[in-house]
Formats: sequence, C-alpha cells, structure tokens
Amino acid sequence: MDAFLLQLLVNGVIVGMLYGVVGMAFVLIYKASQVVNFAQGEFLLIGAWVCWWTLTEFDIPFVFGFLITLVFMFVLGVLIQVVVLRPLIGEPIISVIMVTIGLSIFFQSLLNWMFGVFAQPFPRIFETPSMEIFGLQVQTVYVMSMFVSVAIMAAFAWFFKASKTGLAMRATAFDQQAAQSLGISVRHVFATAWAISAMVSAVAGVVVGVVNGVSSALSFFGIKVFPAVILGGLDSIIGAVVGGLIIGLLENLAAYVDVDLQWGNMQRIAPFYALILILMIKPYGLFGTRDIERV
Amino acid sequence: MAGATMRPCGDFRTSYRADTTIFDDRFSRNSVIVGIVLLALAPIVLPEVFDAYWMNMFIQIGYLSIAALGLNILVGFTGQISIGHAVFFGFGAFASPFINSNTGIPVVLCVPLAGVMTAAVGLLFGVPAARIKGLYLAIATLAAQFILEDFFSRAEGFTGGVHGATANPMSFFGYDIYTDREYFYVVLVFVIVMFLGATNMMRTRDGRAFVAVRDHYLSAEIMGVNLTKYRVMSFGVSSFYAGVGGALYAHYLGFVSIEAFNILFSIQFLGMIIIGGLGSVMGSLMGTAFMVFLPEAMDALSRAVAGGWLDRALNLQSGINNLREMAIGAAIVLFLIFEPDGLAHRWRQIKAYWKLYPFSY
Repeated sequence: MDAFLLQLLVNGVIVGMLYGVVGMAFVLIYKASQVVNFAQGEFLLIGAWVCWWTLTEFDIPFVFGFLITLVFMFVLGVLIQVVVLRPLIGEPIISVIMVTIGLSIFFQSLLNWMFGVFAQPFPRIFETPSMEIFGLQVQTVYVMSMFVSVAIMAAFAWFFKASKTGLAMRATAFDQQAAQSLGISVRHVFATAWAISAMVSAVAGVVVGVVNGVSSALSFFGIKVFPAVILGGLDSIIGAVVGGLIIGLLENLAAYVDVDLQWGNMQRIAPFYALILILMIKPYGLFGTRDIERV
Repeated sequence: MAGATMRPCGDFRTSYRADTTIFDDRFSRNSVIVGIVLLALAPIVLPEVFDAYWMNMFIQIGYLSIAALGLNILVGFTGQISIGHAVFFGFGAFASPFINSNTGIPVVLCVPLAGVMTAAVGLLFGVPAARIKGLYLAIATLAAQFILEDFFSRAEGFTGGVHGATANPMSFFGYDIYTDREYFYVVLVFVIVMFLGATNMMRTRDGRAFVAVRDHYLSAEIMGVNLTKYRVMSFGVSSFYAGVGGALYAHYLGFVSIEAFNILFSIQFLGMIIIGGLGSVMGSLMGTAFMVFLPEAMDALSRAVAGGWLDRALNLQSGINNLREMAIGAAIVLFLIFEPDGLAHRWRQIKAYWKLYPFSY
C-alpha cells in the first residue's frame, strides 16, 4: 500500500465523518417532520459565511464568532420551519421537496451575491499547521474536524438517549398522534429539529470552511449527503454515520482510480452510481425501516 | 359571441362524452382558435411591435413549454417526481444534430426522431424507476441528472465533449430557415401539435390510467391498471416531449454546450410546472411564460434603478445573475405557500368570476 493511497484513505475517513454529521442533521429533519431537506448544503454555506464574516469583520476570537454563528443558525432554522414549512404540512411530497429546492436556490444565489464566488480562507486558528500521527503528516484542522465530528455524534447519542427534548422528538418520530396526546407539542418538536439540524450543519460548514476555505462549493455537501443517507437508511441516525463513512471512503478510492487510470471525473460521480445501485438492491438502506408494501 | 352570456352557471353534464370534452362550449373553443390565429398574424401585421426580442421570447417559451408539458405529464398527471428533466432535454438537443449530420435526414424529421431516441433513454431510466416512488424516485432522478451530465462530457462522438456540438438550421426539404420570424412559425406548429397531443392523450384510457396511478396507486392496481407499465410509459412520454423541446432548442441556437443542462435548469422546469399548475396542460404554458419573463422582469427592475442609491448599495449590475436565480427560488417558494395550484387555478377563478359577473357570490 503506497503512501498516496493511505493518505486518501485518511482523507476518506475524515470527509466521511463530515458526511456522517451532515447526514445526521438531514435524517433528524426527515425523522421529525418527514421533510426531505434539499437545502441542507445551504445550511453549511450560511454557517460558514456567517462565521467567516463575524471573524473578519469584527476581529473577535474564534470561539465568540462560532457562538454567534450557532445562535444565528438556531434562529434561522426556527424561522424557516415556521414561515416556510409550516404552511405546507399535509401538502403532497412534491410540494415539500420543491419548497426546499426553492430555498436552496434562493440562499445560494443570495450568498454568492453577498460574498462573491471566490473561496475565502478563514483566519488562522491553530499555531501549528500540521502534526505527525503514526508517521503520517496530518493537518491540525483535519484532527480538529475529526474531534468535532465525534463530539457531535456523542452529543446526538446523549441527546436522544437521555434528554427530555430528545425523547420527545423520538416519540414524535415514532407516532405523531400518540405523542401529541401525551402532551408533546409537535410544533415545538418540528421547530427544534430544524434548529438543531441547522446548527449542526453550520458546525460542519465551519469545519470544512477552515480546511478548504469558504466558497459556494460547500453547498455540494448537501447533495453528496443523499448517497450517504440512502445507503444508511433514510430514517436511521446510525445509518447516516455509517453511510457517510462509506461514501467518503468510496469517493477517495475513486479519486485514486482517477489519478491511476485516468478515468476522468470518477470522484464526483461514483457516489451517484452507488446511490442508484443501493436503490435497486436495497432501497431502504442498511439500517432503515423496511416498509412492507407490495402491489 | 352570444355564447358567452348563455353559459350555464354550473356543471350540468349528462353524458360521459360531455365530461371529457376539451372545451366546455363553442365560445371557449373559438376563442382559443382566434388566439392562435392572432398570435400567428401578429409578426406579419405588427412587425414593429413584435420585433426580434419578442420573437426570441416566444420561441423560448415554445420549446421550453413543450419540455415542461412533458414533465407535467410525468409529475402532474402520473405523480412521479423527476429532478433530472434537463438532461433529457439535453439529450434531445444533442440527438437531433447528431442524426442530422450523420445521416442527412432533413432537420424537420430529425426533431421527432430525436424525441423517439430520448424516449428510449427515458424508458431505460424508467424501468428501475417503476420499482421506487415518491421521495426515493426524486433522489434517483437526481443521481440520473449527475450521471447523464457526466456521460455528456465523456461521449465526445455524440456531444462533442467540452467543445459542444453545432446544429444545422431548420430546413424544409431544401428550404432553410434562418430568421427568428420564420422559426417562430415552426415552433408554433410544434407547440400546437404537442399540446393537442397531450390534451387528447389525457382523454384516452392511458391518460386516465396515469391520473389513477397518481391519485391512488393501490386502488389503481386493484382496478386493473398495470402500475409498472404506466409508470415506465409515463417516463417514456415525458422524455419524448423533452427530446422534441431540446431538438427545437438545438436548431434554434445552432450550438449546444454540455454545460447548459445542469441541475438548475432541471429545477427551472419543475418551477415552471409548479407555477403553472401541476396536472394542467395549459398551466405548463403559463408557467413557462412566467419563468421566461421573470428574468426579464428582474433585468428591467435593475435597469429602472440603475445609477440610484439602491443600485450602488446592492451592486445590482454585477449581481444580476444572482438576482435572477434568487427570483426563481423565491417564486417557487412563494407560489407553493400562497398559490399551490398554480396559475392555471388562478385563471379558472378569473374565468368563473367573469362568468357570474356582476353576481359573483
């Protein structure tokens, strides 16, 4: 195994973890409110730009800028749910899909307009640009992104196992009517789901922004997340993590094929072939609930 | 014109035949015919008003509305969601010049041939799609969008790769069409034929089967509608329309680039049918017209405030492309929230209002 392949595998795990995090945020919305959010990538983009802007404009420490971003994303998530998604409850699935697609176009062009199309680097956060782990040169930001991803996953696990809000959300996902009759406000659950999802996506966006610089390319994460969540099962949070890891690895293996065999753009396109394949063989994914319905 | 005042104020149909007519009475049929004739005469009678700009707009609306109608048959009538319509449009746009330059078949015949070729590709993608529905289908067609886009950049013999393909101008057995004004009539004929075709298809057994699949697929299956057949067929018909629209686009522009058929274009098609009205043939045309004029309205808006404080504050001139895209996104969101049945529904309400005027309560 040569060093290049090893490097790609490490990259695959790191990127895969991020796909997993975004996938979890996506699944959270789907489980709670049965909305497929095509604007997930724009949450990353908005979070990254807001954080970048507060840091460069006011020259405050990273932690404060990050906190401001989180508060902003919380408000934005609740606002989108209340203003845009709430009137569409009970509408056919095409309307719900289209409204999130419309939001995604709107936000993407708005951000392009405000911040331009060129990638903007984040201010330096770490003193040492890279460190050595097991003989491999790994950038500090990659290590940070790894830690952040694991921390978010652990927080999700705790939230849904132990916290009251998390339990209420699981109950709502399981049976809305029963949850409502037990005194859970379904409206609050929906709004909370969107707020948490927006915040978690923003964290992922900031991490990717620190690594690669902030640009509209970030929003492609929102599309790459589909292969990951379909592979894992659309309504499984663990599935999103596993699916994200697999897709991240697959993508970087495809990059190896690109360089070795000169097949062109396999890195970009391989996850979508995987997606079609999964839908053919196992449409409910590795961990998803199997709806039995035959005609 | 006496028919207008003699219309009944409700639905008093007694036969099945009366229920499936396209036009309720002679007046509405005549007014559509008069409308088409006026449109056809307009460039001849008033050439100063309907100049090259308007011809360009009408032609764009024409070929886009054919493709949008195809998508409406798939989404609005059969209830299958597709987020990859632009690549089928693109396939038609490459197929027609490809057939024309390799076999020498006249362009006017290449257009329907390109439709047939695109329908074959659509059937290919439709077969797996018959197994999945709703949301999963939306995601699968999203994948098809990226896979076919990638295919366009690889298949250099078919699309010309990154250099794009050139298309010969439209010709009728030796008579070449170069000006927009002549091409307008070609597109008009295609639009009329394709729209009549769709309207009539919806009145047949197959058309009713599409609607049954959309409304309740389990009941449809129990009533004896073959689900797999009609889902695949709907994909085929939709791709045929997309292919014809794409071919007309190719021969109008004369040059086809592989970058044109991106996901934003697919979303624009979805926007057209949502704004026009899902499951409405005329709605497809209205939605397309809206979608074509929306960027023009944004341009006019930015010209109107050019040089003012608003222009300087927002940097409108350099952001005009973003403003157009934002308008598309905002239009889709606002229509879904405030007018989910689209312009076709609003039009029906206006008609109903005037039918009962002045006692419209």
